[in-house]
Amino acid sequence: MNTDLVIKVGGAAGQGLHTIGVVLAKTFKKSGFNVFTTQFYLSRVRGGHNTYQVRICNEPIRAMTEKVDILIALDEASINEHLNEISDGVVLVDTDVIKIEQMNESIFHVPMLKIAKDVCGNKIYSNTVAIGAALGLMCFNFEYLERVLTATFQKKGDEIIENNIKAARAGYDHAKKNFPSACKFAVKEPLIEDGRMLIAGNDAVALGALAAGVQFLAAYPMTPSTGVMTYIAAKADEFNVVVEQAEDEIAALNMVLGASYAGVRAMTTTSGGGFCLMAEALGLAGITETPAVIFLSQRPGPATGLPTMTEQGDLQFVLTAAQGEFPRCILAPGTPDDCFYLTAKAFNIAEKFQIPVFVMSDQYLADSLFTCKKFDTSKIEIDRHLLSDDELKGKNEYNRYELTPTGISPRAIPGQAGFTVVVDSDEHNETGHLDQTIDNRILMNDKRMKKLKLLEQEMEAPQLYGNKKADITLIGWGSTYGPLLEVVDILTSEGHSVDHLHFTNVYPLPVDAIKNMMADAGKIVCVENNATGQFAKLFECETGLRVDENILRSDGKPYTPEHIIRALEQKKVI
Amino acid sequence: MVSVEDFGEYETEWCPGCGNFMILKAIKRALAELGKEPHEVLLTSGIGQSSKLPHYLKCNVFNGLHGRSLPPAIGAKVANHELTVLAVTGDGDCYGEGGNHFVHNIRRNPNITLIVHDNQIYGLTKGQASPTSELGMKTNIQNHGVFNTPLNPLSLAISLDCSFVSRGFAGDVDHLTELIKKAIQHKGFSLVDVLQPCVSFNKLNTFKWYSERVYRMEEEDHSPKDRVKAFERSLEWDERIPLGVFYVNEKPTFEDHLEILASGPLVKNKADPEKVDELLDSFI
Repeated sequence: MNTDLVIKVGGAAGQGLHTIGVVLAKTFKKSGFNVFTTQFYLSRVRGGHNTYQVRICNEPIRAMTEKVDILIALDEASINEHLNEISDGVVLVDTDVIKIEQMNESIFHVPMLKIAKDVCGNKIYSNTVAIGAALGLMCFNFEYLERVLTATFQKKGDEIIENNIKAARAGYDHAKKNFPSACKFAVKEPLIEDGRMLIAGNDAVALGALAAGVQFLAAYPMTPSTGVMTYIAAKADEFNVVVEQAEDEIAALNMVLGASYAGVRAMTTTSGGGFCLMAEALGLAGITETPAVIFLSQRPGPATGLPTMTEQGDLQFVLTAAQGEFPRCILAPGTPDDCFYLTAKAFNIAEKFQIPVFVMSDQYLADSLFTCKKFDTSKIEIDRHLLSDDELKGKNEYNRYELTPTGISPRAIPGQAGFTVVVDSDEHNETGHLDQTIDNRILMNDKRMKKLKLLEQEMEAPQLYGNKKADITLIGWGSTYGPLLEVVDILTSEGHSVDHLHFTNVYPLPVDAIKNMMADAGKIVCVENNATGQFAKLFECETGLRVDENILRSDGKPYTPEHIIRALEQKKVI
Repeated sequence: MVSVEDFGEYETEWCPGCGNFMILKAIKRALAELGKEPHEVLLTSGIGQSSKLPHYLKCNVFNGLHGRSLPPAIGAKVANHELTVLAVTGDGDCYGEGGNHFVHNIRRNPNITLIVHDNQIYGLTKGQASPTSELGMKTNIQNHGVFNTPLNPLSLAISLDCSFVSRGFAGDVDHLTELIKKAIQHKGFSLVDVLQPCVSFNKLNTFKWYSERVYRMEEEDHSPKDRVKAFERSLEWDERIPLGVFYVNEKPTFEDHLEILASGPLVKNKADPEKVDELLDSFI
């Protein structure tokens, strides 16, 4: 029997939705299911209405679907806003706490508060009762939940663990006993013990940076990027990383450039608003040819916009940010695997080409949990592209911007082997000192721009999913990967000829490889999470190929497969 | 032995008679007398006539953006705390455009020296008011005279408990050299605000104007340990302008708090990707 279920938890900030969601996700994962979660939250610490959604499936999943099977309602808004999402599903709600104006057969009362008080003598366990009740509906093997609760509350002591297990068990028994009609949700656990991880995009980026040997991180906290900074800060002592909270984003990138200049691997983390403040320092990285990795997790703008929601609205800005022209690189992960390996790669590219490199994510990818295979750290290579002391010792002088056929100058660090290193935000000559002569400008500008062509050769071709030569090719970048894969599967099963090209190496685009791959493409449809088709513009401009249709969404929410299929139907693509 | 000659002679873009020449001389002398080799020294700077200074002596140079001499200095110091790091900047660069970094690096207290060429005017953009311009000074923009209260960098630094606060005068190179030496030797964030006449644009605060007013605090009874007295001195202006060390508070530096630097500079560490394996296991 194939299981594909969605459980949604709704409530106010501060009500513990996140804990419920994570405990459910871990429990399902333990039993062998594939799990995918999303969070929808408002920019506040208490109150409002937030949701946490968990999808489980026997098959690999990389997106959220719209139909909800079990809704755990911890506030009134959950009923008002999400009742229409549960066509065949049920609601678990404590009607002692939440007034329901119109009960119906799909609304199940679970006296969460009363059970918590009766069993544990404390109402704080009512969320755990809810978790138990949801799993009771599914006739889920309780043992998995017991293990996850034990691990989750390990640090809080045996009493708390026991109370949680008792509360969960009481909720579980209540649901099983009182709602026999819900046995349609009964699932069979796949029982795979396969060492998979349950991980969010932000954590994967942080791990990629640690694997790549990041040594310095300066940043100003900004949702939805902050998770990367906090994860690395938590591991900083163990991994010899200095993490500094800068006074502002201007300082953050300038500090990173100072550290990188002095020879360490350095990065910053931010979102669009913070990156606005970094634009001038981006140009400084460009002209001084100082490596830097910038993790930019997008959220809807302009200005403060929707701080906790998702969008892919910053691509054109990142492509052209800062005055003047200089090479830069943009990588956009679509999965936690991409987050890990591409972040590590970003450091190598930054140092090889001596340029700023972006890893562009978004709130959806940052906060969603995915099940995936354990990352293979033996695949991570650290290529510093620095001169060794021996290479320097033979030299009479060291010029930071020595002209070479590739445009890449051998890089030494200040003080190395007794040499000094001079860099300047003004146009400079090979020595690094200010030089405003026209002949020099031509040499230096050409030198820098030459690196962009060379970099293009190192960009990876997009990944193809589905049959080549399909009638319709869906293209996307970054986090749209998951929903688009499912769209291809669904439409293929319905007899459509559809494939997907997923771009993670976004700039510079590997134009020749793309042209080869798309030589006999049918209709090209670009799907992205913004209002103006920013990637489509880049794709058309760089490749000369035409995008036939744009599917766009900019309401702050991520794509679901259903949403994309509806849009394809509306546009008469299918 | 390191000598002043080791730091070289370069052609400059400064106006003849500019106070910058004296400051350059004092910095070279201070570095040589402290036995610092050029490759052991990093000078960062922002933008302005003052910020060109690092180009005019042999050393490591990070000439960055306007107002941003400090952030790269901190980054580089953390990466390699064996470097002697000086941020060279001006009143517009540091107290205006980069004011936030000035405030917060006093709080952060990295072991670097900040030298501010304070000529109370914008030189490179040809004569507009700076944060330290005198009230009433007329310029091509402040046509009715400056009416924003001048920023007092020394009072501000003392109020923030900056660990070393001093003022020098470009017209007194011997004194300035000693001050810069003390600032470099001080463990912590050290401010050297340097009164510097701008011969091209500041017709008010001239060599003569300063010379008639400055006095050395060390010739009077001043204890840099007394924060309140230091604050009082920092308010003196108009009639008498104090030079010397206003305030010293030895306290742990930013780098002292970073225990991982105890085993050596960050830049010497090597990474091992496979060490991440154990972290990955926690997600299983």
